[in-house]
Amino acid sequence: MWRVFHKLGSPKWFFGIASRLMPWLLAAGLCLLLAGLVWGLLFAPADFRQGDSYRIIFIHVPTAMLAQSVYIMMAVAGVVTLVWRMKLADVFVRSVAPVGLALTFLALFTGAVWGKPTWGTWWVWDARLTSMLVLLFLYAGAVALAKAIEDEKLAARAVAILVVVGVINIPIIKYSVEWWNTLHQPATFKLTEKPTMPAEMWMPLLLSVLGLYLLFGWLACLRMQTAILLRERRTRWVREWIEPVTR
Amino acid sequence: MTAMAPRPRFIAADTPLPLGRAMVAIFARDVRAGLRQRQDLLNPVVFFVMVVALFPLGVSPESGFLRQAGPGILWVAALLSTLLSLDHLFRHDHDQGVLDQMLLQPQPLYLLVLAKVSAHWMLTGLPLVLISPLLGLMLQLEGNSLWALCLTLLLGTPVLSFIGAIGAALTLGLRSAGVLLSLLVIPLYIPVLIFGTGTVMSLSEGLPVSGHFALLGAMLVLAVLLAPLAVAGALRISVSNG
Repeated sequence: MWRVFHKLGSPKWFFGIASRLMPWLLAAGLCLLLAGLVWGLLFAPADFRQGDSYRIIFIHVPTAMLAQSVYIMMAVAGVVTLVWRMKLADVFVRSVAPVGLALTFLALFTGAVWGKPTWGTWWVWDARLTSMLVLLFLYAGAVALAKAIEDEKLAARAVAILVVVGVINIPIIKYSVEWWNTLHQPATFKLTEKPTMPAEMWMPLLLSVLGLYLLFGWLACLRMQTAILLRERRTRWVREWIEPVTR
Repeated sequence: MTAMAPRPRFIAADTPLPLGRAMVAIFARDVRAGLRQRQDLLNPVVFFVMVVALFPLGVSPESGFLRQAGPGILWVAALLSTLLSLDHLFRHDHDQGVLDQMLLQPQPLYLLVLAKVSAHWMLTGLPLVLISPLLGLMLQLEGNSLWALCLTLLLGTPVLSFIGAIGAALTLGLRSAGVLLSLLVIPLYIPVLIFGTGTVMSLSEGLPVSGHFALLGAMLVLAVLLAPLAVAGALRISVSNG
């Protein structure tokens, strides 16, 4: 088991595995996402009350789910970075943070676009919206901190500390925001509850969620590979790998 | 000739200072240094008063509005002035190399940080708490609400100091430290703000508030116990960054 662990920590080994895995992730992710989106946007039945505007959930829900899971993944990788100083973990934390930021922004944006026709307003200080906004700030902080520290290893460890602190705070933030919201205004709005959704609606949703996760895997591999190449640029294996490419 | 010259007391003791005494020494040193820097001591308080004074001028001087918005205004102002003071928390010590010495001490950094942040709160958070009844009166808060507000600030400002110390330690020595610090710390302040103002709100609506105080207290305990760990880790990173 420890050998696997050490292997996992080796950038060179990961680079090889990632290169082999990436085409599959990309192909499967694109297929699933396209299938889910085409099915959802063109063929799924329109909602009884919201009409066609509900269809944005096929983009909104996957991005929102992924945005939250990416933060959890970063926190796990952050703990690994701080405890075992594993190189790959800190590469992951730093490579993935901007992706999470973009996903959170997309989730908020699509939510606002959906909110305008449905609720009649772009933005409501609803508990879920507010906690996503806080998540956006947390991501922004992680990205900015990573950019501000020049030394790569130190930057990675600093971001790891920040993310771990953030993940301890997320449940507190979530509950406090919910509590605050229910005190000030009754919960007028709720997202469509899932069990009430017919299969023709949740099946494409499931497909696009899976597709987006796989695509994220591909993107994470790609970004990590780039980071590894930059970081290990002085090692022999990188030079040997680069040479045939540049020639 | 002078083979057995008495060893100067301050250079090297063979046994490290006992833990408690080391903590007290750091605490006392920081408080003394802070009291000598009157300007730094006054800045957060002045800022606090000014921000609070802007709201009646900028929004509305009506007593109904002030009574409703007062707790929120005071809390936001306290949060901002704590944020303003965080920059000083480690910077002087970092510039003068004191921090490097602290890292080399045999005592656990966790406890030294605990002493240091407590001193910071004494110098910045406590004055805000002490002046808040006056500002509360100016915002038309009365009786129980006023005292509840002060109590929430008393429980909440140390949390702000401790969480803020994490951000201060992470951004230590960086060029864009100021903006970055607020970006890192403000999201983590949100629960404290919500419960701080929420307590006063529900008191004025006649709801029971012991639960809110308990939650604020829980946050305080959590922050005091866990934040110094993160601060210690962050300080090690920042100091090795130069």
